[in-house]
Amino acid sequence: MQTLIALFKTSGVFYLTPGMLIMWVIALVLIYLAIAKDYEPLLLLPIGFGILLVNLPLTGLMTPGEGLIWRFYHYGIQWEVIPPLIFLGLGALTDFGPLLANPRLIFLGAGAQGGVYLTFFVAYAMGFDLKEAATIGIIGGADGPTTIFLATKLAPHMLGSCAVAAYSYMALVPIIQPPIMKLLTTPSERVIHMQKGRKVKPLEKIVFPIMGAIVIILLVPASAPLVAMFMLGNLFREAKVVERLTHASQNELLNIITIFLGLPVGATMNAENFLQPKVIFIFFLGLLAFMFSTATGIMLAKLMNLFSRNKINPLLGAAGVSAVPMAARVVHKVAAEADKKNYLLMYAMGPNVAGVIGTVVAAGIFLTLLG
Amino acid sequence: MAEKILAPLAGKVVSVNIAVGDAVEEDDEALVIEAMKMETPIYIPCNGTVQEVRVKEGAEVEEDDVLAVIE
Repeated sequence: MQTLIALFKTSGVFYLTPGMLIMWVIALVLIYLAIAKDYEPLLLLPIGFGILLVNLPLTGLMTPGEGLIWRFYHYGIQWEVIPPLIFLGLGALTDFGPLLANPRLIFLGAGAQGGVYLTFFVAYAMGFDLKEAATIGIIGGADGPTTIFLATKLAPHMLGSCAVAAYSYMALVPIIQPPIMKLLTTPSERVIHMQKGRKVKPLEKIVFPIMGAIVIILLVPASAPLVAMFMLGNLFREAKVVERLTHASQNELLNIITIFLGLPVGATMNAENFLQPKVIFIFFLGLLAFMFSTATGIMLAKLMNLFSRNKINPLLGAAGVSAVPMAARVVHKVAAEADKKNYLLMYAMGPNVAGVIGTVVAAGIFLTLLG
Repeated sequence: MAEKILAPLAGKVVSVNIAVGDAVEEDDEALVIEAMKMETPIYIPCNGTVQEVRVKEGAEVEEDDVLAVIE
């Protein structure tokens, strides 16, 4: 009998806490949403499983220096290897053509970062410290790897919750954005047809990542790890002489590192760390950041229309949040509801990719000021 | 007067709902292009008869390619 009790005590069952069980529920909900509802499954599925694993007692998976997932976390995320590699893949997947065809739409990508800064101030006013507030604000940029990158440097204790907030809201872009878009635009604005962009030459597309890297890194050196890899991936793509590298960056490499990103991010969410009143505020503020960013993007488009004869459909401002390409699709759909012969998808891709760069720059500025 | 339907975006034609000789009305769905993992229906710009259909299902089209001509 005594050996039986001793055996029982070496099993994890004896060490389960109510907090762990609550985390199981959260993990299972994320896994369910990923599988059944297709909510960002590439990230939320491994994140959900990571949460489950780290809330099983005695595994030591996240024990510093020893645990398997800790190693993924340390060498992948803390060493800042994985988010920049993700950016290499994203760069290789990104077509700057729509942006170059309508260069002024780049401002909308900047405008939609307004939510990042507004939320930063709101979070700070609510009692988060500056670094935490910046990490929460960046959720409004709607960019997962950038959120993870910044959280690791400024507020590692909030990494899991901020990443989950960013990815969940990204999946919810089609629900969060349209009401704000309709509220802030008039029916006559929503039916504006865009003037055709200019033709973009292949040479411009090759020059863009090179010039982009030089200009952005010179202006905001702290953004270099992400910008450098993004532009390299894009140069691979546009140079058209290294298709194997382009293909590897877009597919195999991106897929492999996605596995090693999701699992450790989930594994940072143990019960003690996650089940705090603060986390509710992180989710609330993250949502606010998304909504603010959508709104500031639209308002900037309307502002630009005041000074320009060639009107922009202000719905395009909402595509400035970087959730690529969901935000662009949402713009297209909302515009098509107003006029089904208005095809905005490609125009929306311009601010959409500009938004990615905008979020990285915003993160770089936070790092420079607070890092 | 003939009116051309131009591809508003690059992508893959996933269905063609018109054939030469069809009488069509403005805002009928002409074909569907898939781009960015989203299906975009392309609508007829004016009432008339289909004179030409230049793409088939499965074709990759570039922006501004002529898809069909309505008379």
